[in-house]
Amino acid sequence: MYNKYYLTNLQELESEAIYVIREVAAQFDRPAILFSGGKDSIVVTHLARKAFYPAKIPMPLIHIDTGHNFPETMEFRDRLVAELGVQLIVGSVQESINKGRAVEEQGINASRNELQIVSLLDAIEQHKIDAAMGGARRDEEKARAKERFFSHRDEFGQWDPKNQRPELWNIFNGRKRMGEHFRVFPISNWTEMDVWNYILQENIPIPSLYFAHHREAVWRDGTWLPNSEFLVLRESEKIEVKYMRFRTLGDITITGGIESDADTLEKIVMEVSATRSTERGNRSDDKRSDTSMEDRKKQGYF
Amino acid sequence: MELLRFTTAGSVDDGKSTLIGRLLYDSKSIFEDQMEAVKQSSERKGLQHVDLSLLTDGLRSEREQGITIDVAYRYFATPKRKFIIADTPGHIQYTRNMVTGASTANVALVLIDARHGVIEQTCRHSFIASLLKIPHIIVCVNKMDLVDYSEGTFNKVVEQYHEFASKLDIMDIRYIPISALNGDNVVNHSQNMNWYRGASLLDTLETLHIGSDQNHLDARFPVQTVIRPHADEYHDYRGYAGRIAGGIFRKGDSVTILPSGLTSKIKLIDTFQGPVDEAFPPMSVSICLEDDIDISRGDMIVKNNNQPEVGQDIDALICWMAAKPPRPGAKYYLKSTTREVMAIIKEVVYKIDINTMQRLDQDNDIKMNDMARVRMRTTRPLIFDEYRKNRITGSLILIDETTNETVAAGTIHS
Repeated sequence: MYNKYYLTNLQELESEAIYVIREVAAQFDRPAILFSGGKDSIVVTHLARKAFYPAKIPMPLIHIDTGHNFPETMEFRDRLVAELGVQLIVGSVQESINKGRAVEEQGINASRNELQIVSLLDAIEQHKIDAAMGGARRDEEKARAKERFFSHRDEFGQWDPKNQRPELWNIFNGRKRMGEHFRVFPISNWTEMDVWNYILQENIPIPSLYFAHHREAVWRDGTWLPNSEFLVLRESEKIEVKYMRFRTLGDITITGGIESDADTLEKIVMEVSATRSTERGNRSDDKRSDTSMEDRKKQGYF
Repeated sequence: MELLRFTTAGSVDDGKSTLIGRLLYDSKSIFEDQMEAVKQSSERKGLQHVDLSLLTDGLRSEREQGITIDVAYRYFATPKRKFIIADTPGHIQYTRNMVTGASTANVALVLIDARHGVIEQTCRHSFIASLLKIPHIIVCVNKMDLVDYSEGTFNKVVEQYHEFASKLDIMDIRYIPISALNGDNVVNHSQNMNWYRGASLLDTLETLHIGSDQNHLDARFPVQTVIRPHADEYHDYRGYAGRIAGGIFRKGDSVTILPSGLTSKIKLIDTFQGPVDEAFPPMSVSICLEDDIDISRGDMIVKNNNQPEVGQDIDALICWMAAKPPRPGAKYYLKSTTREVMAIIKEVVYKIDINTMQRLDQDNDIKMNDMARVRMRTTRPLIFDEYRKNRITGSLILIDETTNETVAAGTIHS
């Protein structure tokens, strides 16, 4: 029998994410959305807009500014915040360094990636955020395969994989003590392919960096690292101009790109579905060790 | 493309990790860099073949202890469906993980080692699937390569399971002879077992009819939150936001609000894309009513002629999930749908031996991983259906008020 009462994969994932986002608004006093400017946090923000329509998103966006940003990401962020009419909270890594709360890494591959943890936890504490929603997905990395929708963090902001609450059906337990908080991941069950298909389906604006463009870059550790004022060249390295794009967006110092001619959403979806390597394969932060994501998560990473 | 959620449980030796690795690999869900890492690990271990089970390798804290401590979620897709696997350890200490994985699954994969047939663990996993009302079971008789792909051996296992399954409350059970190691009947039909005329595992997962798994009869809408835009154009807008838990709601339907019992009519079913004429599970929507009634989180909108139970005496089957046993007379937060009340466990009626499904009338001490039938009393009324009728409005969790931990999961009976 033909049954018209079913949802497609993307409709069901969307509905699940909206349900989770509404639970956050209902269960917490001061929730926020962690906004990196990357496609996953853009999708979470889009879903939040849907969840509370026709009202505005009833929570601020938090952006952790490493000072090593792609300028395109910053412009995109400011435009989106203005359009949504939501509050923007910026946690500055530079400020954390100036205050002596964080110490800059040295050397040729120095990055501010791990320093974000300090600024993030500071911002959460300063603004008394009790639930920070992020765009992490379980398919990204093995330390995330066991992550909950509602992920409990202790008073030091740390994640204890052995002390997470079981999650059954669609009942989420957001109870906590003073000083503790939750990280919430509404798109836990989405894959990279789902995210791209959804962006295409909904025609969600994303930073131009995701589309193929000409850019100066250097070949390092199997990826095209973009040229920037922070880049220190090794002896044998030279800057080349490449037609390229980025599959994920992070700090300009650690985000490698791929050669690509995908300059439309349709072409990106085609490219991603044919790609044979993981998206974080171009992220030097994950290459540091076999368990680098697990270690960073325990400390309070996104 | 539809979404299908399935759960697996198994011990270290029955080939569960290999099977999952095989599904991911053969459906081309494994990327080159992941495969390269697994090849290198296999070589380091001195293995002759690529050990696909390493694809589902867990956290360092687990590797150090050599066990899987938690439910891991894995994803793959074919052109027909997207799949979410809740991969759970099968040891008895992990009953709570199996229950967690089973709570959202459409299908349970039960693995049986062809050499050993139905063992205690097979029964345990199947009972949990049955108690949590997973609609479909696929029994994979694995390691057929080690029994010379023998039809007789397969039939013996099927017969054994079929007899045992009479104790289960599951209508749809299928059997597939496989070798996860060699890929027989996992994705492609095996050349080694021409006597088997059925579908491969992946074909079965792709074509299984799951459209009837949702309850489309009893309209239930638990209210999550109220949407009130602070803008002049929406001055009188009051949207009750939630996810349809059962049945079909249509514009103009006469509805009752529980627990108050007040009635109204649906004026609008709203979404970001615009109003819809009808809404069904598991859609997230906002419902606006004709009348201005005081409704808040935890209330439920239902149809006048089909109402759930409203009451303070709850009969439930619970799985205890905390290391600390329940304290006599202690109060717990009870969450069911979006409603939260306080509850006391008044009586342990009996415990269930999860290996045999037998009642243990003499033993009433609940410990971690125990399943028990209990009677509870709540401070305020709960709005519920029997779990067998609706997995959303018939389920609950208990939260310890001192530690805030989720200590139990329950299915409601009456």
